[in-house]
Amino acid sequence: MAKIELKDVRKVYAGNVEAVKGVSLSVEDGAFVVLVGPSGCGKSTLLRMVAGLESISSGTVQIGDRVVNDLEPAERDIAMVFQNYALYPHMTVRKNLEYGLKNRKMAPAEIARRVDEAAKMLEIGALLDRRPGQLSGGQRQRVAMGRALVREPAAFLFDEPLSNLDAKLRVQMRAEIRRLQRRLRTTSLYVTHDQLEAMTLADTLVVLNAGRIEQAGSPMEVYERPASLFVATFIGSPAMNLLPLGEQGIPGLTAPEGLFSRTRPAETLGIRPEHMRVVDGEAPRPEEMRFDLTVSGVEVVGAESFVYGTLPKGGSEIAVRVPGYSHAEPGTPLTAAADTSYLHRFDRETGRRI
Amino acid sequence: MIERRGLGRPMAHLVLIVGLFIVAFPIYYTFVASTQSLTTILRPPLPLTPGDQIGANYGEALFGGIGRIGGVAVTTLLFNTLVMALGIALGKIFISILSAFAVVFFRFPLRMVFFWLIFVTLMLPVEVRILPTYKVMVDLGMIDTYAGLILPLIASATATLLFRQFFMTIPAELVEAARIDGAGPLRFLKDILLPLSKTNIAALFVILFIYGWTQYLWPLLVTNDNQMNTIVIALRKMVSFADADTPWHMVMVTSILAILPPVLVVVLMQRWFVRGLVESEK
Repeated sequence: MAKIELKDVRKVYAGNVEAVKGVSLSVEDGAFVVLVGPSGCGKSTLLRMVAGLESISSGTVQIGDRVVNDLEPAERDIAMVFQNYALYPHMTVRKNLEYGLKNRKMAPAEIARRVDEAAKMLEIGALLDRRPGQLSGGQRQRVAMGRALVREPAAFLFDEPLSNLDAKLRVQMRAEIRRLQRRLRTTSLYVTHDQLEAMTLADTLVVLNAGRIEQAGSPMEVYERPASLFVATFIGSPAMNLLPLGEQGIPGLTAPEGLFSRTRPAETLGIRPEHMRVVDGEAPRPEEMRFDLTVSGVEVVGAESFVYGTLPKGGSEIAVRVPGYSHAEPGTPLTAAADTSYLHRFDRETGRRI
Repeated sequence: MIERRGLGRPMAHLVLIVGLFIVAFPIYYTFVASTQSLTTILRPPLPLTPGDQIGANYGEALFGGIGRIGGVAVTTLLFNTLVMALGIALGKIFISILSAFAVVFFRFPLRMVFFWLIFVTLMLPVEVRILPTYKVMVDLGMIDTYAGLILPLIASATATLLFRQFFMTIPAELVEAARIDGAGPLRFLKDILLPLSKTNIAALFVILFIYGWTQYLWPLLVTNDNQMNTIVIALRKMVSFADADTPWHMVMVTSILAILPPVLVVVLMQRWFVRGLVESEK
């Protein structure tokens, strides 16, 4: 087990394309850190640099107390789980698990012990003599995890391991990965583009955008205090409502006295759908903002519904979460309210939180 | 499968049977001729059923030796041809796997230049480069040796291309997983690439074995000693323009024996093809 330390890591591809633009990140011993971001943000490249599958243009990667920049992947004491599992198709499950250990010339008895232990932990004991082609997606994923587990490495690296599974299995495996990691306490670096996966798995969530870290923190911290407009819209579904503040305030928005006097004009306000509610005739409270919307659509999810409405004069579209089933009719007026304490404020120029 | 009703089925069978007859009859007739004495063959018509000379003819050919080609037994010819065909087939597979491996999995300067150089050799078959190749073989003292028979035919652009195409379908993650599992390049080749290529290798082996077995021009040049002849060359030497000089019964025996090994290879390897097709592992 070990700490992973990245210092100003950069990746420049041929043609001067900079995929990772100076990332410094410290993954504590035993922590579960999730890198999340849209495609092309450099998250996979970063992971592959830690794994040693991608050369490091500048900066250092340290695993434990060794700088591993020039070490082969096999010498870095890491194990990786790939998106498409990357199991050896011609080997049985047992051989797949053993392969990395055999290459390290480990004693047969120790190999057998580790394989049995991993098989028990992942409940793949019955599959040991089958080949990957005879397994379902979920089972293959387990075997891929097993191959990482038997190595007992200093760190696990996960490269979107659940992306090829169906929704139900993904939730199940997600919980299982979390449980295993808690139990083994192995330092883990996990890459995903799925923010739900990121939120549920991470001790520390690292949001990447265009090769840079936008924000790093606990999932709730990132959710409740997004450091930038990018994070605010990327984390949370439906995305946070954004309201560009103009010289005359925002048409259709009634705010408590004095709220906007404190703000500069070049600002964007943000409020999450779940912090809004539909007003049904009651008088406004002093700390409350009110939105006069025209309903544009309704999404019924099941336990809750999202009502979408637009502010007058071509204003932004606002999503409001409503518990249960919403009877709002498109085209009808609707008043929504939100407490000002839930308001996020961002500088429109820099995108940073104010 | 399309179900045929009414007359379709018998018609289909009729066509198949006629086709089979056209293909198989000459071979059967060769076999019949190989069991007759020379006098029976030279006095038409040739009977349609096997004669009584089968033991004598085959025994003489296999173990006695045939006069027209310097008293060499067909067993020697078969052995020579087998060594050459196996050498060519295995050599081609070995060389082309290694070169495809290098071209696909390694980044080195002039990689594509080397690839194109291999590709360009498709334009230089044995017939085109026969004089320089012959000179090289003479200089190296390889006339009348197995090496001389095999080496000039080993390099194969076609097989290299085939393996290159196959290697390129191997997912990058598999290569990376092996790297993380501590497999160096050669171990990756041995433990992962070769097992995955086995159906390709089997298919190629059949094609190349038959290619090697039926070589004519090069063995004709490079072997002078009767003891080193391949079966195809010996067969050619047996046939004389004066009919009476040609031991036709021996020619027929040799023909049948020359056909057998390639047929055997095809029949035995066929099971591999099927298994490779059914068991899609990737």
